Amino acid sequence: MSWFEKYNALKTIIIKEYLRFIRIWIQTVLPPAITTALYFIIFGKLIGSQIGDINGYKYMDYIVPGLILMAVITNSYGNVVSSFYSAKFQKSIEELLVSPTPNYLILIGYISGGVARGIIVGIVVTLVAMYFSDIQVHSYTLSLFVFILTATLFSIAGFINAIYANSFDDISIIPTFVLTPLTYLGGIFYSIEMLPDFWQTLSLANPILYMISSFRYGMIGTSDTDITTAIMIIIGFTLVLFTFAMHLLNKGTGIRQ
Amino acid sequence: MYALEIEHLKKTYSSGTKALKGVDLKVEKGDFFALLGPNGAGKSTTIGIVSGLVNKSAGSVKIFGYDYDTHQAQAKSCIGLVPQEFNFNQFERVIEILVNQGGYYGIPRPQAYKRAETYLRQLELWDKRNDMARELSGGMKRRLMIARALIHHPKLLILDEPTAGVDIEIRRSMWDFLTKINKQGTTIILTTHYLEEAESLCKNIAIIDHGRTIEDTSMKTLLSQLNTETFILYLQSPINDTHNLKSHDLSPFDIHVLDENTLEISIHEKMQFNHLFKLLTDNGIQVLSMRNKTNRLEQLFMRLVDKNRNNSELIETLEQTSHTENLDG
Ligand SMILES: Nc1ncnc2c1ncn2[C@@H]1O[C@H](COP(=O)(O)OP(=O)(O)OP(=O)(O)O)[C@@H](O)[C@H]1O
Ligand SMILES: [Mg+2]
Repeated sequence: MSWFEKYNALKTIIIKEYLRFIRIWIQTVLPPAITTALYFIIFGKLIGSQIGDINGYKYMDYIVPGLILMAVITNSYGNVVSSFYSAKFQKSIEELLVSPTPNYLILIGYISGGVARGIIVGIVVTLVAMYFSDIQVHSYTLSLFVFILTATLFSIAGFINAIYANSFDDISIIPTFVLTPLTYLGGIFYSIEMLPDFWQTLSLANPILYMISSFRYGMIGTSDTDITTAIMIIIGFTLVLFTFAMHLLNKGTGIRQ
Repeated sequence: MYALEIEHLKKTYSSGTKALKGVDLKVEKGDFFALLGPNGAGKSTTIGIVSGLVNKSAGSVKIFGYDYDTHQAQAKSCIGLVPQEFNFNQFERVIEILVNQGGYYGIPRPQAYKRAETYLRQLELWDKRNDMARELSGGMKRRLMIARALIHHPKLLILDEPTAGVDIEIRRSMWDFLTKINKQGTTIILTTHYLEEAESLCKNIAIIDHGRTIEDTSMKTLLSQLNTETFILYLQSPINDTHNLKSHDLSPFDIHVLDENTLEISIHEKMQFNHLFKLLTDNGIQVLSMRNKTNRLEQLFMRLVDKNRNNSELIETLEQTSHTENLDG
């Protein structure tokens, strides 16, 4: 394929993925807006007012970055896992498999769809947050960088989940039993400095902690972890998962007998 | 150079099923080629490998000279596939399905849209362009898959049972359509279980069974192997004891009485109808009408497949015996 043809192929996948979740926005964009609004009301306003400051920040302001990032993680992951799995399930993935579109473009296309949903949901949740708290941005570059990288990482993770999935149950197992616990324990609602030593050390093994920490640093300027290390860790995970997803696609795992 | 050249193709599925044990096929450019075989013979598996949906276990595939292992993108660009099972997103609109498929082949959207319009009109689906795929009838879905397979102007169109579940009228218009694009230069490979369809459309033919090619020849050559044909004769008045069907004259013809008004007669190519009818008339039997018992290709097909069944049973027994011997040794 020429570069122009590759460009058209990638564009097609991205447009298709984008239209898919926009068309069903009631299932894809509205729920995170409602959930975060509830978090803000319950944790921010009602309970938060009893808690006081963390690291010198109002509790509400402290949890905003984590809640935004949590929405991005769930939605990027969810977008790719359900879109790719249903393409597998309906066999429409064969439309791509018979075409000359190279595997890396298929992967990048699906990731872009997940990132696009992450961005749209991120914007919506941020708008909701602005109603409850004064959003300030410490570093736009860092915030955006971490935001996009996180969305990318979880889109790839969703893709890998979809490749292995053999039923609709399989696409909710990882989100329920791995993703949600890790996100909640990743320091959205607290600083890990508040934990006993043992739990603090254990938390450092949770990759999501690094994302929330650096995103929070980008937004309000305080962090649980060293920013450079955090970013290296996120980039490292992204590269490893990307390579692994490419390997699975090339082998045809789950999509070619 | 062939449009498609398959050598020693083998496939063992992860379940352990040996779907292909050695398929060889050569399809000339411009051919209208029938790929026949009973259920489970390995037709769809072969097509799956050729179109990139199934990984082969061994053997080689070349498409217009492009080796599948080294020039996959070029090879894929030459092929348009109409699969046996529906494989589009049921919730996408007809027009979107076509434009997107064009995109995957690198065609810009406006151009893909124009092509989609051409094919949807030709296949009488243009009115349905904004319907969701799941809202189409079975026959419409088949035609949608034909339009989709043509969007990138493939040089080789492969259709896996395109007329299954399609009514007679649409089937005929599909045949006309396929004949037309074949005349315009598209090589076509077709699988079907309607043998009269293969007989009337296809120039060359291969039969596979149990994962092996058992015949690969021209339709003419194959049909000329059929040296006896069986006919059903409908009689004006019932047969009775006064009619001597066992008479010496009639004995070269293999005659069975199906019921008192119907006879089944097998005629060798060397025998003459005139002779037969004269003898029947002499015996006081009046024939009202007659028809072929089965389609000619069907008779041949059954014979070849039966023969192969015995052969492959023999091969399997031999393989098992040698296997046992190896174990013993
Ligand atoms: N995905 C699969 N996994 C395991 N075995 C399979 C798979 N697909 C096909 N087979 C087996 O491979 C063999 C060949 O099947 P294939 O679908 O190629 O036959 P076919 O000639 O297309 O038959 P039909 O006329 O019924 O469509 C069969 O024994 C079938 O059970
Ligand atoms: Mg089949």
